[in-house]
This record gives sequence, C-alpha cells and structure tokens, in this order.
Amino acid sequence: MNVIYTFLRRDWRGLALPLALFALWYAATAFEWVNIKLIVPPEKVLEAGLRYMSGKDFTEALSNSLFRDLSGFALGGIAGILLGLAMGLSRWTEHLVGPTFNTLKHISLFAWLPLISTWLGTDDRAKILFIALCAFYPVALNTFEGVRNIPRAQLEVARVYRFTRWQSLTRLTLPGAAPQILTGLHLALIYAWMGTIGAEFLLLNSGPGLGDTVIKGRQAFNVELIIFGMLSIGLIGALFNRLAAHAETKLLAWRGHRV
Amino acid sequence: MTNASPSLAHAPHHGRVLQPASAFISRAAAHVGTRAVGLLLPLAVLYLWQTAVDREWVAIQLLPPAELVWQSLRDLWQSGDLTSNLAVSLSRIGWSVLIGSAIGWLLGFLIGLSRTARAYLYPSFEVFSQFPVIGWIPLLIIFLGIDEALKIAAISMAVIVPVTVATFKGIENIPTRLLEVARVYCFTPRQLLLRVVLPAALPSLFSGFRQGIMQAWLTLVFVELLASSEGIGYLMVWGRQLMQLDLVFVGLIVIGVVGLILDLSLRRLEACLQDWRHDNKQEQK
Repeated sequence: MNVIYTFLRRDWRGLALPLALFALWYAATAFEWVNIKLIVPPEKVLEAGLRYMSGKDFTEALSNSLFRDLSGFALGGIAGILLGLAMGLSRWTEHLVGPTFNTLKHISLFAWLPLISTWLGTDDRAKILFIALCAFYPVALNTFEGVRNIPRAQLEVARVYRFTRWQSLTRLTLPGAAPQILTGLHLALIYAWMGTIGAEFLLLNSGPGLGDTVIKGRQAFNVELIIFGMLSIGLIGALFNRLAAHAETKLLAWRGHRV
Repeated sequence: MTNASPSLAHAPHHGRVLQPASAFISRAAAHVGTRAVGLLLPLAVLYLWQTAVDREWVAIQLLPPAELVWQSLRDLWQSGDLTSNLAVSLSRIGWSVLIGSAIGWLLGFLIGLSRTARAYLYPSFEVFSQFPVIGWIPLLIIFLGIDEALKIAAISMAVIVPVTVATFKGIENIPTRLLEVARVYCFTPRQLLLRVVLPAALPSLFSGFRQGIMQAWLTLVFVELLASSEGIGYLMVWGRQLMQLDLVFVGLIVIGVVGLILDLSLRRLEACLQDWRHDNKQEQK
C-alpha cells in the first residue's frame, strides 16, 4: 500500500520533457521527417546497444575504461591528499610548493595530453597519468583548504593535551578536514571520468575503452553506436556522482548535521 | 604605507586581513622571503631541465632546450602566429560564453522563480548536468561537422551547466524575509525582480559566470585538440605531429598564462562585487 501511495505522490511532471523529446525523436524518424541515417530511430539505438552489450567488446571496453578511471583516481587522490596535507600543515611547504601549484593549476587539463603522449606513448600509462592529474588538483586544493580551516581553538586544545604529531594528524587534522577532503574526492571522481573519456577520444587507436568505442563509431558513421556509447558514458558519470554523494553523507554521519 | 599594505600583505592564501602599519615592515620582509622560497621549485626544475638537455639524458626531440622554447615563443609572437591563433581561441570563448550564459541565466531564472518550470525542467537538467560535456562531442560532430558550429555548441554546453546551477541556487537562497518585505510593500513582479531578486542573487550569478568561463576554457582546449585547424590547441597538435615539442611547450605556457589572467581578473571582479554589496549594506544600516 505504502509503496503505491508514494508512487502516486511522486512528482511526475519532470518526466514530461524527456518523454516529449523522446516522442519527437520517435515521430521524426518513424515518419521520416529527417534523414534517418543522421538521426537514427530509437529502436535502432536499442538494437545496436543490445547487440553490442551481448558481445565481448563491450565488457572489455567497459572494464578497461573503469580500470583506467579508478587507478588514475586512486593515484591522483592519494597524491592530492598528501600534498594538501603537507601544504596545510607546514607553512614552509606551502611557500615552497604553493606558488608553483597555483600557477600550474591554471593550465587547462587537456593541454597536458600532447606532452604526456609524446613522452609516454598512447598506452595505459599515459592515460592513467593524465587521469591522475585530473583527479589531483581538486583533491589537493580541497584538502589544503580543509586543513587550513580547522578552528584555531581546536589546534590549541591539541597543543594543551600535548598531542604527538601522529595523534594530532589522526584525531584532529584528518577528521576536521574530512568534509572538504571528501568534497575534493567527489570532484576528483567527476574530473577523472571526464579525463578518461577525453583521453580516449584524443589518443587515437590506443586500445579498447568506452570513449574509443564512440570514436570508432564516429569514424564508421555508426550513429547508433555513438548514441549508445554516449548514454553509457553519461550513465556511468551520473552513477559515480550518486555513489559519491551517498558515500559523503554516510561517511560524515558522525558529524551530525553540521555539514 | 598603509595604502600599500592590503595589496602586499595578503599572500595568496591568507585572505583579506588588514595589517596594522607597525607590523607591516616585518611582514613585508617575510613576504619577500616567502616569495623567494616559492621561486626555488621552478628554478630547480629549470636547472634540472637544462642539465638534462646539456648531458643529453633524453633525446632532444623529447625535451627541447628551454632557450628553444623561449625562442619559439618570441618568434611566434613576433610573426603574429601566436596572437592570431589566440584571437581565434578567445573569440570562440567569447561567443560561447555569451550564448551559454544567456541560456544558463534564462534556465536558472525559470527554475528559480517558477515552481512549475522547476517541476518540469529541473529533473531533466539534473540528468543533463551529470553527463560529461565532452561525451556529447562525437554526436555533435555528426550533426554539426567539425567547424566553428561544433566548437561554439560544445563550449556553450559547458558554460550552461555551472551558470544555471549558480543562478538557480542564488535565487533559491534569497532570504525569505526579503521576499516578505517585498510582499508587504506590494512590489510588482517587475519591481520584485529588479529590486530584490537581481541584487540579492548577483554574487551567485557572477560566481556561476566565472565558473562557466573556466569550464569554457577547459572545453575549448579539448575541442581544439580534437578537431580544429586554428587556435591555440591546434598549435599544440601541430607541434606534436611535427615532433617539435617546443611548440607544445609554448602552447602549455600560453594556455597557463591565459587561464591565470582569466581566473585572477574574474576573482578580482567578484571580490569588488562583494565589497560593493557589503558597502551598500553598511549604508542601509
């Protein structure tokens, strides 16, 4: 009963626009108002998607892309947290590294790719390094700010209790900066996925991946495959975003509603 | 001296703290010191670079000497190639920001002001905003080809998302008491919009605009690397294909400098805007 009730009570108006667009798409192709080689009918996309998904290519492309994405994210995230902590905890490190960091972060991320690909080729190493770079900046910045924003009073309490360095790191700095670090990691997840797809688009013929599938679809003028690939890329991005938001609330539950 | 202190005394991360004049001299000395420390790392990298080139640790194709990069930068600047490519890139940014922020503001105002529009549009927008913009580009290429239309469309899409979100959040966060006052005074919708909503949401609007420009810059470089025959990204692709890495380095430097200038000037403007708002509030009290 309850399920039905909440089902009926939900606001379904948001579905109107997507349904209208879908109907337009369907009608335009069914009645051939448009060139159906260019604007392919929805059922063809579904068909191509199902065919592609049942083959081995899809799982290979998906797992390759996810592997790159997550290893880049992990590397960049760890490096970002370490640098953020170092800059946040030691003024000296901040003065030494900060100006360089703040200058380099203005280089638009994709501009690094020609250089990275010349040095490392177009294989997974180059991509993972690039993805790590994409993930690195938001984590480092947010960690740094999180550490810096820990209230002075709390630092003084730690000093009064004569915390060792380790204690003050694990009991004060990390928990205190946790919300910001998680914000950084959330952003990094989004950027890493963007970097994964971007790197696969730009570094041609560099092994299977979702982005590579889409690019191949474009070269073969296979619009069904492009749309299907795009949808899976978008869905995975949205899924990552959901997961990250969920993890953030779960992990910060101990802080109560202050976040 | 106190006049100079605000600009000098706040190092990049120290926020806007006004120093008393007495503390200024020691601060300034320390400041020069810390600035110098910040130079150590780039100098070390340059030294390492030079040593690597001198001792031929790596092939010259893979690591051009720093002087060559500097030379190419000057040559490209003097021949006008750099400025013409940069002008192309910047005009792409300009058009896209214009189109993207116009759509973004429109959407943001619609969603922010009207509950009905919000119910119909927001769910679709939310899904759209989570799709990475560059994922759309292959599809756009099919429809638009690889000419200017593609670049403008793709970059505009990157601008729409942050502008819409910031606009809509800015309107949503207007304190209810402001709206109540407006109701008490029987403001017309036009007055409500011009005297309450716009001024209150302005900082948020601007911050969305700034984020939009930064996203545009990111997407521009991507699109130019993917498909273009002019522009600063094209310069890099060209250098990469000819194995002239000095051109790639020049591209990196120029992209970094333009990004830095864009970001700093927009932040400065944003800060001015905040100050102006703050002053107005003080006066009203």
